[in-house]
Amino acid sequence: MFDTITQSIHTSLAALLSNKARSFLTMLGIVIGVGAVIVIMAVGAGAQSLILGQVKSLGTNIIGVMPGGSAEEEGPPASMMGISITTLTYEDAMALKEKKNAQNLVDVVAYTKGVGTVSWGANSYDTNLSGCSAGFVEVEDGELDQGRFFTKEEERNLSRVVVLGSTVRDELFGESGAMGQRVKIKKHTFSVIGVMKERGTVAFQDYDDQVFIPIKTMQKLIAGVNHLGLIRAKVDHEDNIEQVIKDVKLTLRERHDIIDSSGANDDFTVRSGAQALDVITTVTNALKYFLAAMAALSLLVGGIGIMNIMLVAVTERTREIGLRKAVGARTANIMNQFLFESVAVTLLGGIIGIIGGAIFSFLIALGAQFMGYEWAFILSIQSILLAVGVSSIVGIIFGLYPARKASKLEPVEALRYE
Amino acid sequence: MLINIKDLKKQFENEGLVTKILHGLSFVINEGEFVAIMGPSGSGKSTLMHIMGLLDRASEGKYEFAGRDVATLSDNELADLRNAKIGFVFQSFNLLARTSVLDNVKLPLTYAQDKKNIDERARKVLENVGLGHRLDYFTNQISGGEKQRVAIARALVNNPSIIFADEPTGNLDSKSGIQIMEILQKLNEVGNTVILVTHETYTAEHAKRIINIRDGIIVEDKTINNRRVAHDGDLLK
Repeated sequence: MFDTITQSIHTSLAALLSNKARSFLTMLGIVIGVGAVIVIMAVGAGAQSLILGQVKSLGTNIIGVMPGGSAEEEGPPASMMGISITTLTYEDAMALKEKKNAQNLVDVVAYTKGVGTVSWGANSYDTNLSGCSAGFVEVEDGELDQGRFFTKEEERNLSRVVVLGSTVRDELFGESGAMGQRVKIKKHTFSVIGVMKERGTVAFQDYDDQVFIPIKTMQKLIAGVNHLGLIRAKVDHEDNIEQVIKDVKLTLRERHDIIDSSGANDDFTVRSGAQALDVITTVTNALKYFLAAMAALSLLVGGIGIMNIMLVAVTERTREIGLRKAVGARTANIMNQFLFESVAVTLLGGIIGIIGGAIFSFLIALGAQFMGYEWAFILSIQSILLAVGVSSIVGIIFGLYPARKASKLEPVEALRYE
Repeated sequence: MLINIKDLKKQFENEGLVTKILHGLSFVINEGEFVAIMGPSGSGKSTLMHIMGLLDRASEGKYEFAGRDVATLSDNELADLRNAKIGFVFQSFNLLARTSVLDNVKLPLTYAQDKKNIDERARKVLENVGLGHRLDYFTNQISGGEKQRVAIARALVNNPSIIFADEPTGNLDSKSGIQIMEILQKLNEVGNTVILVTHETYTAEHAKRIINIRDGIIVEDKTINNRRVAHDGDLLK
């Protein structure tokens, strides 16, 4: 048995080596397929780490409270579907801030967001209007480049002050100083009291392309609403997140007169950063595997190419098969010979594909890092095993039919073949 | 009694069309004989050789090879029997392309039960047919006569009981052809059974016995008393 196999391997390799150009071209389909699987898995993992890194940079000890209940525990709240829900108020946010309600909460920021045009003299600029409470600095780690953020008093008494994001400052004022200037938003005049430090895009949100307005001012003068879009709160320690979520839910249910403690009737949704990470991981994983499956399809195409070439080889070598049978090769010898040949092609193609794919993914990672992304080069053992496994299976499956065909040839028919 | 054939018939069926090739042949071949099976093309001599060489099966009749009823043997058993007891020499050599002379001769041994000293055994047979200096040549680098000697070496390497030579001189110039006949005669002299298939009377006359076939039946089975002896350099008429 062992002898038969070594004999077959030897014969197969000799046949492959004697026809290098064709072997290589046949292999190419597998090389590209496996390479694509490796690259997609690596790039997917790199992109995933980038996204997760961004989300983590938002703080894993942050919880978010959104208006509207969610049908299932992990599902998105209705407010994420573009429906405006008015159940969350400024007073809710202030209640959460009280120690007796949630003692592990450090600070709270309430948001009502919108878009609008900010103008200064003849200059105007369309940007994001972020109505928020003074807790922004503490919760979101906001840092100021110039001036100051608005105070709790300014937040409450409808003060017409704004803090600019660095992009807005540059667009409106260019080189001239922005501090103390008056800008117009929706016919109302605001004094610029501060400019935020440049922060870039974090978790798909451009912090620099925003104007920060005291929440009450935003609600009354600009948005004309009484409700909040979002509350974000900072927890003193990650270990206390569960406790804080419970406290927040209790407080809000009490304030909203919700008796049902199961959560089914909640008109708000509380999510932690960790939960968001889980959801994002699930989504990006699905995407990654979907793309890998698409790449694996090209392996199928490569496999069909191999079957095609092997069928040609069987026809071309009919006389050789006849001769081998005449000198004593059994059916299994011929079968193994051709099977090993196709497996050797796919396996070798797979190995070249893995190496090529790894090099390519590494270059992509280098390029991304060069462009300033925190992109990790991740080559998982999983994707290598997948590639090797799939390519050998492709070799066996697509080699089986030609190999069987070869082994079933009658020796005399094969010898007579011209 | 190495070969015992009784009322052997063979017919081919192709899309319902039946072609009868052999119409009931009977003969016996003993060990150590040198038999030429002669006949014009289409007489059925090659079909007969294929059946005798266990490459094909008879449609009817009895064929015993080395005491075994061939009809009862499986394809793999036939393969093992060919490997252990039969050597073939074909008109068109049938050597593996892009493969060395030595590897070609080793081929039957790679399928054999006993795989000891394969290289050494192949080398020795090649030396016996005068090709000791061509071991590492590829088969496309040697002459036709040398190719046929490689084929003979391949037929001999497993020490067969019988050698089938199907028009072995058909593709060769006369000098090379005589060399091949000389080798076959020498093999027979040291005890090998040789079956030669040919359509040429001259070539057939190198055998000790001629079985003449025409249209699938034996028309003559005679012993040659003073057969031709091939000497290197003799020319065919």
